[in-house]
Amino acid sequence: MGRMIAAQTAMETRMLLRNGEQLTVTLVIPLALLAMFSLEPLVSVGGGTRIDFLAPGVIALAVMSVAFTSQAIATGFERRYGVLKRLGAEPLSRVGLIAAKTVSVVLIELVQAVLITAVAFGLGWTPHTSALAFLTVPLLVLAGTGAFSGLALLMAGTLRAEATLALANLIYIALLGLGGVVFPLSKFPAAAHPYLTLLPTGALATGLRSVLAQSAGVPVRDLIVLVVWAAVGIGLAARTFRWE
Amino acid sequence: MSTAPAVEIASLVKQYRHARAVDGLTLTAARGQVTSILGPNGAGKTTTIEICEGYRAADSGRVRVLGLDPDRDSRALRPRVGVMLQSGGVPPAIPAGEYLRLLARFHAHSLDPAGLLDRVGLAEAARTQYKRLSGGQQQRLALAAAVIGRPELVFLDEPTAGMDPQARHATWDLIAELRGSGVSVILTTHFMDEAERLSDQVAIIDHGRLVAGGTPAELCGGAGQLRFRADSGLDTDGLVAALPDGTAAKESPAGHYVIEVPDGVTPQLLASVTAWCAEHGVLPTSLRIESRTLEDVFLELTGKELRA
Repeated sequence: MGRMIAAQTAMETRMLLRNGEQLTVTLVIPLALLAMFSLEPLVSVGGGTRIDFLAPGVIALAVMSVAFTSQAIATGFERRYGVLKRLGAEPLSRVGLIAAKTVSVVLIELVQAVLITAVAFGLGWTPHTSALAFLTVPLLVLAGTGAFSGLALLMAGTLRAEATLALANLIYIALLGLGGVVFPLSKFPAAAHPYLTLLPTGALATGLRSVLAQSAGVPVRDLIVLVVWAAVGIGLAARTFRWE
Repeated sequence: MSTAPAVEIASLVKQYRHARAVDGLTLTAARGQVTSILGPNGAGKTTTIEICEGYRAADSGRVRVLGLDPDRDSRALRPRVGVMLQSGGVPPAIPAGEYLRLLARFHAHSLDPAGLLDRVGLAEAARTQYKRLSGGQQQRLALAAAVIGRPELVFLDEPTAGMDPQARHATWDLIAELRGSGVSVILTTHFMDEAERLSDQVAIIDHGRLVAGGTPAELCGGAGQLRFRADSGLDTDGLVAALPDGTAAKESPAGHYVIEVPDGVTPQLLASVTAWCAEHGVLPTSLRIESRTLEDVFLELTGKELRA
């Protein structure tokens, strides 16, 4: 089983890295936003340096782009082209296929992490690097990956591929704007603030920022929000996913 | 265990929302043989195959594949059964060679991917993405994918659709080779010559039921035909009256005459027909004697009206 999952993971990862549109969403846009918004004072970010505010938000965006947008679109079209159906005839189990997709997403996230931190350091990023941060950041990213993957598979497994494509891009842009990625949540009306941090992107960006920029303790609330999204999304996807 | 038939279907029923796709189908496919399932569009071929492949559950009836229940025992069956879907199933952007290498990793004793690619004539296209292959090449890749795991049984749903004559012959060779190495093959096709050439057994189904089954020779029967061309409007009733009982004659289309006899054309019959023609001053041209083809039998059993 391990050998099959490894083979499927390698294939999924290669296909992702070769696909220009997917690379644009998962690497080019996060890096471009990081560079643009840190070099030009497009948005007032409040206290602290611009890059210290932006880097955690862009990490959250990167996680969303691969675990949600890219995965939803790729899986939606695999379902439409009968790829998932045909794989169902192979000894690789459904659980094995989902595991391969998850490992592939995490591998891309590692590539993103290397590139984003390198660019951010180049732009003068000075994150708080405590032992707690080294524990908390991966925990937040994993919880966020679970939350976004659940939503991605929920869409890909129930909607038509074109609808998934449109909706995944729309949600990506909406959460980019509303999720505290490059626009601080404090710019929104105070009454909306608590709701925005209930969105997966808002929770992930806020949680990462509290650890990396403000060296606060473990962001329990944000972590719980992400775990609840993950549980609900994965649970619903498991119940509703249609393989063909 | 090895004595169980490749596929055993008894009283299978599958109802979709608007139609009963399979309606009490019973058929058996023996081990190590090529069994063709023929039928017009909508006859229930693909639904039947997909139930055998474990993709859908039967409403009622009994299905056994290699002696196992395809729904309950799918985990045990998947390594032993190869599948070629009617269309698609391959990621559009994957290069042909990479796809076979991936599938090879799913099986303990797979065939060599490069050798198989060569065998189906795709060695040159190893680095070509699936979506850039021609229709026939895509079919050949899907066929290779079905057999790479050295299955004991393969299901091929219209394996030669969209292929040119060369590719079709190469596919026939491959299927014959599979059979030669003891693999059981279940295929559907709309090409009667293909079924006639490849099959040990043929099952003709229509409206979800078996309408005829047997070897191609059994289905075509001993019945023979004598065909000739002449001026249109011959008195076929008069001709039949001059021939032995049980003989039928018809003109279809105009100027084309077919005389059918249940037990085969005899020299006496031929002499009677030509004698009758000589008496009536008719010169029969393009006169030939042939057995019924599978296509004749198929059209006779399933009618000539067009299906969905």
